Amino acid sequence: MANLLLLAVILINFYTLGSARLVACIRAVALQGALLALLPLVIHGPSGHALLLGLGALAFKGVFIPWLLLRAIREIRIRREMEPYIGFVATLLLGVLLTAGALIFADFLPLAKEHLGGLSVPAALATMFSGFLLLITRRKALTQVLGYLVMENGIFIFAVLLSEAIPLMVEAGILLDLLVGIFVMGIVLNHINQEFSTINTERLTALKE
Amino acid sequence: MFSRIVLQLAVLLLFAPLPLGVINKTKALFAGRVGPPLLQPYYDLARLWRKGFVFSRTTTWIFLAGPVVGLVVPLLAALLIPFGGLPAPVSFTGDLILFVYLFGLARFFTAAAALDTGSSFEGMGAAREVFFSCLAEPTLLLALLVLARGAGSLTLGALLGPQLAGQWQGGAGAALGLIVVCLFVLLLVENSRIPFDDPNTHLELTMIHEVMVLDHSGPAFGMILYGAAMKLMVMGALLVRLILPWQTASPLLDLLLFLGGQLALAVLIGVVESSMARLKLPRVPQVLVGTTLLSVLALVLVLR
Repeated sequence: MANLLLLAVILINFYTLGSARLVACIRAVALQGALLALLPLVIHGPSGHALLLGLGALAFKGVFIPWLLLRAIREIRIRREMEPYIGFVATLLLGVLLTAGALIFADFLPLAKEHLGGLSVPAALATMFSGFLLLITRRKALTQVLGYLVMENGIFIFAVLLSEAIPLMVEAGILLDLLVGIFVMGIVLNHINQEFSTINTERLTALKE
Repeated sequence: MFSRIVLQLAVLLLFAPLPLGVINKTKALFAGRVGPPLLQPYYDLARLWRKGFVFSRTTTWIFLAGPVVGLVVPLLAALLIPFGGLPAPVSFTGDLILFVYLFGLARFFTAAAALDTGSSFEGMGAAREVFFSCLAEPTLLLALLVLARGAGSLTLGALLGPQLAGQWQGGAGAALGLIVVCLFVLLLVENSRIPFDDPNTHLELTMIHEVMVLDHSGPAFGMILYGAAMKLMVMGALLVRLILPWQTASPLLDLLLFLGGQLALAVLIGVVESSMARLKLPRVPQVLVGTTLLSVLALVLVLR
């Protein structure tokens, strides 16, 4: 069950890497967050702690942040990532190579016995790599925020593995810094929109008189 | 052995046009029409068979070889795969490669027959068909490789044998799920179904397979239709076997399960055709590269 869930997460990574439509990408990432919210329950069983973690993840990753992003997209009126630094097929290819690499690499890691052989560590690595890839290959600030979110999802898979060992505060910290990041970026995006009428990051590096 | 070959071919020859009827009926239901009768493909074949041949003076024997090879190849390929519980009549090590390239042979002759007419229009269709199928080929080979790894054998009979049920329950379930998705996309591409090609239109911009057979008429066109129906069933047999690997004690029940699976697959194709728009031509290679990548991932999953 956990393996199927993680496989779906990996497939969503590929979808976000290969799709040009921003709204569909945001929906896909929201779905990924919702699937990840199930993960603590599936891995650790239905305890109060796991339930809390799952609900928190669902509320932030599955509902709140996607809603924020969709609202932002409505206001700044962009629909597509036009010209990424690396083409969609090429990013997809890189994403699959990185995922395959993560699967092989995870076998060499000195893991705890219960994590060996499962998909969770490779899926976490692959999701983080996909997030990185999204961050570095796309031009639009909004897609980069999405990449950041995907990366956070990867970190979340790691955190779920350790959630029995780490106290709740650390996990709350993970959710909180995500929230802060999104807030900051949302505000920045809005400001950029009002000031410069473009959110192409390429143009942000050029100084203005 | 001989009786098994006859049985397999009889099932294929009798049953092959029925899924087409089911697809058309499903699409008609979605559109709110009554639709043609379920047995319409059989009537069409009978009608075409009664007509005469018409050959252009510019064509050679290749023009007739296309439909004939297209009819014979699915019959040969059907002998290599199990129809549900019925084991494959012919089986030898490495027959999966023969299976893949038998269809390559049929495609070559169809494209050659299209080029033989000397029409630039048909040449365009041939170019598209060959382009898409060369992108689809790695997916099929990689998918079969994943199955071969799970089965520990290189014969199609063993790949799709009763051990599949155990694999679904074991660790390879995720990889098999990916393979099912890949093979379904492949089925749609290879049989020119809607998201990739429209079997109904005769508009030059949209059609791929249909344009190549425009100049065929009468019995030759009937052979093409019959061959296409059998190809759909043979490639569908892979998918049906993969999804329904269970086997009962009685061969009759197994056969019924297999045929039921084929009809369910036809309904599924009808639903996909009714609910999806045709993909833009440049998008098709992207999708095919995507399925190739998925099958690579499945291979990595079973190899680790």
